Amino acid sequence: MERLVKVYDTNFVKWAKDKPEVLSLSADLTGGCEIRDFQATYPDRFYSMGIAEQNMHSFAGGLASEGYVPFIHTFAVFIYRRSLDQVHMSIAHPNAKVRMVGSVPGVTSPAGATHQAMDDIGVMRTVPNMTIIECGDATDVESFFPLSEQVDGPIYVRVLRGEMPRLFNTPMAINKSRMLSDGDDIVLLSSGVCTEEAMRAVHAIQKQGITVHHRHVTCLKPFDDQELMDAIKKSKHGVLTMENHNVLGGLGSIVADKMAEQGIAQKLYKIGIQDEYMHGGSKLYLMKRYGLDAMAVVKKVEEMLDKTLNITEDMLEDFHFELMNDDTRALGV
Amino acid sequence: MKVNKNDLDPRQVANGIRSRVLDLSIKRGGGNLSQACSSAEIMAALYTRMMNITDLEEPLTPKKFVGAPSATNKDSFTGDDYNGIRGPQYDRFYLSPSQYSIVLYATLAETGRMTNEGFNLFGEDGYVIEHIGESHSPGMDINGGSLGQAISQAAGIALARKLRGDTGRQFVFLGDGECQLGQTWEAVQAMCYRQLDNMVVIVDENGQQCDGKIDDVCGCVQLDKRFEAFGCKVVKVDGHDVDALIEAAKVKEEGKPLVIMAKTSPYQGMDVLKEKGTRIHYVRLTQDDKPKFQACLDKLQA
Repeated sequence: MERLVKVYDTNFVKWAKDKPEVLSLSADLTGGCEIRDFQATYPDRFYSMGIAEQNMHSFAGGLASEGYVPFIHTFAVFIYRRSLDQVHMSIAHPNAKVRMVGSVPGVTSPAGATHQAMDDIGVMRTVPNMTIIECGDATDVESFFPLSEQVDGPIYVRVLRGEMPRLFNTPMAINKSRMLSDGDDIVLLSSGVCTEEAMRAVHAIQKQGITVHHRHVTCLKPFDDQELMDAIKKSKHGVLTMENHNVLGGLGSIVADKMAEQGIAQKLYKIGIQDEYMHGGSKLYLMKRYGLDAMAVVKKVEEMLDKTLNITEDMLEDFHFELMNDDTRALGV
Repeated sequence: MKVNKNDLDPRQVANGIRSRVLDLSIKRGGGNLSQACSSAEIMAALYTRMMNITDLEEPLTPKKFVGAPSATNKDSFTGDDYNGIRGPQYDRFYLSPSQYSIVLYATLAETGRMTNEGFNLFGEDGYVIEHIGESHSPGMDINGGSLGQAISQAAGIALARKLRGDTGRQFVFLGDGECQLGQTWEAVQAMCYRQLDNMVVIVDENGQQCDGKIDDVCGCVQLDKRFEAFGCKVVKVDGHDVDALIEAAKVKEEGKPLVIMAKTSPYQGMDVLKEKGTRIHYVRLTQDDKPKFQACLDKLQA
């Protein structure tokens, strides 16, 4: 398993090279959002906006109305929770080509409830004109840039920073999830950092003779992936969603809406943050504490199948590919 | 019937703005009268002298709403065509408190930019000439209304135009009540830091906000000193003195946004409005009120 660092910055610099219309704005989180290379490489296209997110949003809307494509950077939580009205009236209503890049969503922020976006997808979903993308690996982060060119309107993207795995070798696409394993006992839909944990669990579950149709979802809005819905229809024991987000409003709710619209009578199980605030701590600690890890998947699948799978933590550890390395993992807040 | 703005007398235009707003308010049973009273000279001076904008070949009539902008709605439009031709040398106008929309529409009608029939469509369902205007409304091309956002958007536009080498300026009409908002100061901070001297902010200091007098609601003191402390060039004028307003717009200090503090009265030209007290953000006119306000209108139109 290849693991990479500085994926966002490196690819942003590369992609923006011949695109003078692309600007980078930062609300005093240039290091925290990993855009220092962009700042150094294109100082004339980098704008430090200070700790003033509302102004940054509206300012970016103004720049976009003049033909620029601003990428605005702050922590995911400040993009929507602190300045939602600006998202609506200065960016989304005029359908402005502003890219709202949300860093350290949910459990990937070690900085506690103030810094942890956990209802951002639920909130942004209800904003007209909004496209919502969530990255789960290095390929997702890399391929976000070319994908963004297809979107004539605002995009909210949850990105990853620090060290991250390369899980996929095909780029992300609008309205298309990636199938990671096939089967019809259960369907498992995971997004963001949850996919790495889900893959560990699927590996162990399939060894027990259970077949899993596992998909990684990057495009949360629009959500029109018929292959995914057909897989749910065919599932013998229902569908399980897994997300780094409140179980209300995110992937689980998106899938539930779609199932109801298509009349798919399957049981839906959700793994996510159980409508509670978290606290500060490392990603792996938070994922375990709030039930977003591989073992949480195993437990939920046992519930779906109504049988014990006899999978223990050490069996999952065998397939653990996160490097516990302080140099690469902890980048601070 | 092209109107040359230089042929217009801004005082007469101001009078016409008040008349139009009052007339429509009597017909509709209410309106934003205090806004017309305080800003009539400012708007008149802007559209006749202060801004470098082109005249229209003929006045426009508000269109029907065709849906909000989206990736698939190719028919959506903005209301900037009322402000003349877009060009690097031309100024742009941005109304921040859309609660003044009717005043802007009246200004457009008085300056040969909007037809009379068009002005009378105000508030008609299905048209873009709404009570609280949006980017599609006559004279607008961004969303004000949610207060504090227009100045930031205009600052973004000012930066973009500077990068492009445009010489035109951005005129932002700001309410004094809006200066209670944090975003206003975030924007001023950014404008000063980026030395956006192509920004001109005109503050209608009428001392009024929705709940009443600013001093009775939450206060908003020493605005001139605040703008100065942030790094703006501040000029204080009597907002009913068109010559002073016109002169103020000529002030330029390199690297500094210009702020024109226009001290105004929310009752100017409509003494009868004083009977309505201090909560005059939106004035309802009852059958009992109408004769008195009609008499005021007759005087204005005389």
